[in-house]
Amino acid sequence: MPGDANGEHDRARRFRDAALPYLDDVFTLARYLMGNAADAEDAVQECYLRALHHFDSYRGPAMKPWLLAILKNVCYAEFARRGKQAPADYSEKEPTAEELPLWQEPQASPETVLLRERDGDTIRRLVADLPQPFREAIVLREVNDLSYSEIAEIAGVPVGTVMSRLARARSMLRSAWNVVEGSTHELR
Amino acid sequence: MNCAESEILLHALIDGELDAGHARDVETHVAACPACAEKLTAFRAMREAMAEADLKEAAPAHLRSRIEAAMPAPPARVIAPSRFSRPSRRAFFGGFAVGTALSAAVAASLVLTVVRNDQERTIANEVVSAHIRSLQAGHLMDVETSDQHTVKPWFNGKLDVAPPVIDLTAQGFTLLGGRLDYIDGEPVGSIVYQRRKHLINLFVARRLGAKHAGARTETIQGYNVRHWSEEGLDFWAVSDIATDELEEFGQKFAAALHPPSGPS
Repeated sequence: MPGDANGEHDRARRFRDAALPYLDDVFTLARYLMGNAADAEDAVQECYLRALHHFDSYRGPAMKPWLLAILKNVCYAEFARRGKQAPADYSEKEPTAEELPLWQEPQASPETVLLRERDGDTIRRLVADLPQPFREAIVLREVNDLSYSEIAEIAGVPVGTVMSRLARARSMLRSAWNVVEGSTHELR
Repeated sequence: MNCAESEILLHALIDGELDAGHARDVETHVAACPACAEKLTAFRAMREAMAEADLKEAAPAHLRSRIEAAMPAPPARVIAPSRFSRPSRRAFFGGFAVGTALSAAVAASLVLTVVRNDQERTIANEVVSAHIRSLQAGHLMDVETSDQHTVKPWFNGKLDVAPPVIDLTAQGFTLLGGRLDYIDGEPVGSIVYQRRKHLINLFVARRLGAKHAGARTETIQGYNVRHWSEEGLDFWAVSDIATDELEEFGQKFAAALHPPSGPS
């Protein structure tokens, strides 16, 4: 049993080598799930502690999806603690007309939008504005670069649901993008 | 293939998730359908824009140091980092783990008679973690037998106490075996029972949490936890069985430990 200090030290080192390279991945997902940097940092730290805690029983999957799955659980537990609506409760039906304005530019004038934002910032903000399950799916796909089956595993849904979430996420992003573009200059 | 199918599958095509056959089907449809072709072009452009935007964020350096600092330094002889007594505890939990346990406790309307001290709460969390860990493949038992006379001697020399190993099969709780585990940095014995499809870990140690008279039951992360002390030992039973069944387990165990014929 892990009676000796060297074994424990060695284990921590192995964990560090295996898990720390994914810190940016984990942090980015945390930023998009939690919304702000302070909460994201707390979630990432808790994620790494839990991962270390369970490292002995870790047999796979690959390290990155394993860490991201732990992070997601940490974030969802925090949502539950705060009494927020469970993210998975969000309806996956087509958005109604009343919901659509959620993704529109509120009141910024075209000039300020044009001056203030480069494409990257705009995309970041539009992704951040997506409803939870869609945001999670698109970040896992486009930022964390996971496969559909890895995303399905983390989200706890079938691969078909991942496909439809990604399709919805991209459709929403596209409409939102068109709104932003349309407010800065004439579109096409 | 119709447009509704294509609209979903073209994303899988973009993401390289389609097998050759389906990829060909989508491409055939897109070639004949200007609306879907326009979507495919638009979504491909969006993917490229997202890739160029480089959405991945670099974790701040202080976060990396915080995590590094939280790693156990030698010497440590625990499975779980013995982290709970350190002053930076709040930072470890960041309001997550403890808070979750507490709100779960409230939701399940528990039998919490007093506000427990931090150490008790810590151990309760640790006990649940050890239970969850034990459920993962290959971790449940070090000695696997339904014979209490095999389990009990197995603990000899591994612990500073001799945990009572009682076969409760006749009472509806099958003895499966035993395991050496670590809670809060200390070795503890775990005796594993089964109730229908549910497993019960009974952790036994000389000192594990605050000694108190009656048993206390609470719910942490969806698991029911029952703690009691007798014969100079602390007992923690953890399982996903209902609280009343766990209570029954505790009573049956206590009854078997103190046979009515013997002096009590």
